Amino acid sequence: MSERTIRLEVLRYRPEQEDEPTWQAYDVPCREEWVVLDALNYVKDHLDGTVSYRWSCHMAVCGSCGMRVNDEPALACKAFLRDYPDHIRVAPLDHFPVERDLIIDQDRFMESLSAVKSWLIPAAQPSEGGEYRQTQSELARFRQYSMCINCLLCYSACPQVGLNEGYLGPAALALAHRYNEDSRDGGRLQRNPATASNEGVWECTFVGECSEVCPKHVDPAGAIQQMKLASSLDWLLRPFRKREDDS
Amino acid sequence: MRTVIADVVIVGAGGAGLRAAIAVAQTDPSLRVALTSKVYPMRSHTVAAEGGAAGVIKEGDTLEDHFKDTVSGGDWLCDQSAVELFVDEAPKALLELEHWGCPWSREDDGRVAVRSFGGMKNKRTWYAADKSGFHILHTLFQTSQQYPSIRRFDEYFALDVLSDGERCMGVTAIEVRTGERVVFTAPAVVIATGGAGKVFPFTTNGAIKTGDGMAMAYRAGVPLKDMEFVQYHPTGLPGTGILITEGARGEGGILTNKDGYRYLQDYNLGPPDPWPRRKAMELGPRDRLSQAFWHEQRKGRTIQSPVGDVVHLDIRQLGEAKINERLPFVRELSRAYVGVDPVHEPIPVRPVVHYCMGGIDADLNAATPLEGLFAAGECACVSINGANRLGSNSLTELLVFGARAGRHAAERARAAAAASESAWREAAEASFERVARLLGNEEGESIAGLRDEMHAITEGCAGIYREEGPLNEARETVAALRERYGRLAVEDKSLRFNTQLFNALELGSMLEIAEVMVHSALGRRESRGAHQRLDYPERDDTQFLCHSLASSQGDGPPKIDYRPVTITRSQPGERVYGGPAQ
Repeated sequence: MSERTIRLEVLRYRPEQEDEPTWQAYDVPCREEWVVLDALNYVKDHLDGTVSYRWSCHMAVCGSCGMRVNDEPALACKAFLRDYPDHIRVAPLDHFPVERDLIIDQDRFMESLSAVKSWLIPAAQPSEGGEYRQTQSELARFRQYSMCINCLLCYSACPQVGLNEGYLGPAALALAHRYNEDSRDGGRLQRNPATASNEGVWECTFVGECSEVCPKHVDPAGAIQQMKLASSLDWLLRPFRKREDDS
Repeated sequence: MRTVIADVVIVGAGGAGLRAAIAVAQTDPSLRVALTSKVYPMRSHTVAAEGGAAGVIKEGDTLEDHFKDTVSGGDWLCDQSAVELFVDEAPKALLELEHWGCPWSREDDGRVAVRSFGGMKNKRTWYAADKSGFHILHTLFQTSQQYPSIRRFDEYFALDVLSDGERCMGVTAIEVRTGERVVFTAPAVVIATGGAGKVFPFTTNGAIKTGDGMAMAYRAGVPLKDMEFVQYHPTGLPGTGILITEGARGEGGILTNKDGYRYLQDYNLGPPDPWPRRKAMELGPRDRLSQAFWHEQRKGRTIQSPVGDVVHLDIRQLGEAKINERLPFVRELSRAYVGVDPVHEPIPVRPVVHYCMGGIDADLNAATPLEGLFAAGECACVSINGANRLGSNSLTELLVFGARAGRHAAERARAAAAASESAWREAAEASFERVARLLGNEEGESIAGLRDEMHAITEGCAGIYREEGPLNEARETVAALRERYGRLAVEDKSLRFNTQLFNALELGSMLEIAEVMVHSALGRRESRGAHQRLDYPERDDTQFLCHSLASSQGDGPPKIDYRPVTITRSQPGERVYGGPAQ
């Protein structure tokens, strides 16, 4: 059945046993249609049951299996072996503490999601017993930003995430933008203290790597640039808005 | 051992668990909710649902039609009181999601759009392109963040329900990150852990869907109901089993065999034209479509592929623009995983295990027979799905019954006192001892070995068609596998992220579920919905218009009892699809 044998090197780290990560190599007989995750599962089933990683859906939608494959952030379930040479190295995503092997600590991201208030803050109540009307063009304004699967590839790719521990990061900011742009939402000014803070959009230096690696084409870099523009307008319009509030 | 004291503990943070948590928080913000899951909420398998959620909202559609479609779709094994309540509460549940920001697809006038789905007489399936489950899950998760009374325990692996035989007192769990033993105590516990598709080798289900919560309830003495009913979705990608939504057919896709022939017309689903047409051909119910594939395969009319026989799902006639608007994920998945762009070529598909109609015995309030224990979502069986679930009823189900579970758990939490430590201490220690024993074996059976043998019998003996001989064989094999499971070796002894240990625990649950499925299938000597017996090809309402209830007897096989189906206004009749259904 096997058509090809690859050498899969896994960056192992078992904090109860070792202080530093080390590479461990496995020779894996593969099928043509396999992805990196299938090779890892082969290792776990047949070669070494202690290798640890997260995965579930195997269809690029649950966001569990983000890792670096030959140094590029990727979803292991969508990284086809046919696109790689016979020697593949997998390592945990960058810029997060490593819990064990390929498993990162994602507390920072979960906190960022709440910090930006990534939920709908209604602008007005919907009509009795009915839905908010939303035209297709209104939907199109935010739909792309609602596609984030929270896989964290963008955090691994973004140099600012590595440099500034407090930076909210591409995915969380894109989700804030997703709600800001939703015609049902009126919460932008409530999100601003976080998104326009020192840890927010102004930290982004527009390297654009986040959008490059995003498996769902969310374009967080684009979202952040739009937020910068909106934030600047807020600042310019502040005196007028103050007057409105007073009236 | 750490103790977390809560008012309501929820096990599972997918669609049903999140909805339950929000319901508790909205009912009474002073109640402490411990929302636990073995994964982060957004990894839950609700995320993979594609097609949409059914709820009557459009003029011309009626609750009566939704009721009738669901009851006949379920081959009259649904409890009709449950279906009445379900269809009645469905529209409000979906509107609520809309108010929380779910990006439902829209009509030109800005109203929510609906699409056709299998077995549904009218268009009533709300959808967010073909990522409806993804958007529902993320909307629920994001909404849940604003309730301070919901405390999340992400990546806590639940072990057992704590019970004194009379009432539920909490659950035991292991914190995945540290390996720490944790007891969650509360007078109300909601199980919302999803289905058990991973009992089968070829499934749309993610790795996490191992039936843990079903097995927890079963071990605690709560019956599992109608577990012989396992749904095969007719259109999964060969090899991986990745789901290709029924929405593809709802939008006008067709199924053809190796001759390019729309074979469903040979199985009481035709005539093929005019198309698209509801309750006919490709918009028939899932059980009938998957069974038709089985017959085509035996006639040699399917298409051979290196990873199993397939038929073709052809959506080319929709055109690129509509495919991109309504079915972008189908296109992405087909291109990536089978190298087929459905704009230009038909997609190879085959039936794949998708959904458990059966589950933890639960009533209209999501309450189980064990005081204080509730269950909602796929892990539960409220009996709205009967012998065959209609596509797009399950996302709605987890909203309607997730919310009911939350409200009734809140009510229970306010009325009942917490159990004292002396009441649950012994049960908790026994639960952790089970894990310690598993870790104690140095050499023995392997997880992959036992799992592969289990897979061989579930697929081989309890698939689309079943019969006594192979089921008996499966019964003996699964009993032997359970016995060998006692000698399972877990080589990883570490505390932090011991994923091998959790895989071992999942396997234990799956073996219990597999045994229940096999015994329930053996007992039901008739063919109904998704349960088809070659040796008993007819539905038998005299003997089997009833639910099976499997109760645990420890290490031995389950005891199977039966309870009559609740019928309010629809007497069992013939399921009619195709031309006569119009």
